Amino acid sequence: MTGFLDNVLTGLALGAVYALVALGFVTIFKASGVLNFAHGSLLLLGGYLTAILHDDLGFAGALAVAVLVTAAVAGAMDRLLLQRGEQDPRTAHVQTIVTIGVDIVLVTDLARRIGGDLLSLGDPWGDAVTSLGPLTVADSRLAAIAVSALAIAAAFALFRFTPWGLSLRAAAEDAEAAALMGVRLTRIRTVAWCLAGGLAALAAVFLAAFPAPGLERTTGQIALKAFPAAILGGMASPAGALAGSLLIGLTEALVAGYQTELHVLGEGFGDVAPYAVMVLVLLVRPTGLFAAKGATRV
Amino acid sequence: MPEAPPDEGPALHVEDVDVVYGRALSALRSVSLTVPHGGVVTLLGANGAGKTTLLRAVSGTLRLHRGAITAGRIRYGGTVLDGRDPVAAVRAGVVQVPEGRRVFAGLTVDENLRSGGLGLGRRAPAQVREARERVFSLFPRLAERTHQAAGLLSGGEQQMLAIGRALMAAPRLLLLDEPSLGLAPQMVYRIAEVVREINAQGTAVLLVEQNAGMALSLADHAHVLEVGEVRLAGPADELARTDAVRRLYLGEETGPETSSGTGRGAA
Repeated sequence: MTGFLDNVLTGLALGAVYALVALGFVTIFKASGVLNFAHGSLLLLGGYLTAILHDDLGFAGALAVAVLVTAAVAGAMDRLLLQRGEQDPRTAHVQTIVTIGVDIVLVTDLARRIGGDLLSLGDPWGDAVTSLGPLTVADSRLAAIAVSALAIAAAFALFRFTPWGLSLRAAAEDAEAAALMGVRLTRIRTVAWCLAGGLAALAAVFLAAFPAPGLERTTGQIALKAFPAAILGGMASPAGALAGSLLIGLTEALVAGYQTELHVLGEGFGDVAPYAVMVLVLLVRPTGLFAAKGATRV
Repeated sequence: MPEAPPDEGPALHVEDVDVVYGRALSALRSVSLTVPHGGVVTLLGANGAGKTTLLRAVSGTLRLHRGAITAGRIRYGGTVLDGRDPVAAVRAGVVQVPEGRRVFAGLTVDENLRSGGLGLGRRAPAQVREARERVFSLFPRLAERTHQAAGLLSGGEQQMLAIGRALMAAPRLLLLDEPSLGLAPQMVYRIAEVVREINAQGTAVLLVEQNAGMALSLADHAHVLEVGEVRLAGPADELARTDAVRRLYLGEETGPETSSGTGRGAA
């Protein structure tokens, strides 16, 4: 039983971090119709900045700078590379391909800088553990859950209660009608990219923290697991991204926890499990868990 | 009652405007019209005549359709509107209700109304409350459904919401693109009453309609667009008496040689 609870807690921590990534991914898609394949490299950029700055600025200062710079890079990428020329939703697929190019450039440069090293991010939790009754939990996991929950709650509050959030949701429903109400589409979507970049930088901290050995050049590939989370959540739904991420995190942790019992499925099934879950969910609900509901276009 | 006499306050002037889509397709040629302060002007014409294009040119949304104004001027009061973005039009007091209602289906009625004020930035709560009360007094049914998703409203209610959303920006000129489209006759009558009431409160209206009978009964002035050019223009009651308009847009037979098949289908 403690083994099970242990796995559930690990799964929640993983899921919470995936949610930071998936939420950004979904926000970008909602705001611009673009699938951001550079999301993993933004995450890696955030982690790398925290790693090289924490000696001088301390962990909190380094993280703050990393979040801001990554947000700015994401926003600049949208403004300077993607929103060129005509404002036309039909070019979203072209912009998606541009993000693949940006990803290659960013990852190549960061991989060259990181090399084969494992970078410490200087986080305050180290390998400390806390006992919760029969359970022993790494502090970094508890911090992942707490910080992610706060960041996600803040993001949802932005969607729900601010003029920017209302503009974003209105523009996602009908960009032209939103424009007629005086919503500045270009500004709304650039802010969405900044938010997503900031969340990715924050996620990097927990993906590199204990029990992971540190930041590697491949850490950005974690974003690949947030893709199925976003897709099975319904692609344009922040709530769906959250649910999908928790589902993926729990699946991964439980499959890893019981891998001796599941050995018929072969070694390393934990890595495949998120995609298996995605395929199963899409078989039952082809539009994802939280696809747009009640939307009747006249 | 109009708040100001018709000759005071800003008027919309469209002067010799040409619009081209995709650098090749000419949609409007040398179109001019004026909507005086507090007036109601209607624009009639068949599908594809350029009515919606003219509204897009005024509201600044041509760019979303790869269109551009290549000649002419559009001014509202002292503000130049041609070549500007939609925010400029909204801030100047010119707000468009798009064809087909286009409410934000997944958002609640309340959120739809709030979205109408987004172009004006931060406003005093008293102003927002005043705008809401105006909308709810025009459309009491919306007040009962503030938390309902807009997509679940009936077609007529959605049209009311679309108009109410635009009124939240406290416009001085309302651009209405086919508000009667797809509505039951009862609802068309109701919408016409609402337009009359909005105008009586001091808001000018530029009305694009297929329902020429309704439009001509509401308007002071009318223009008939044909393939991108103004064919006829004049006081609405005079235009309603001309043979061409009666035949093509009101579906009336004007002589023994006219076949009844050329009726409403052309409008």
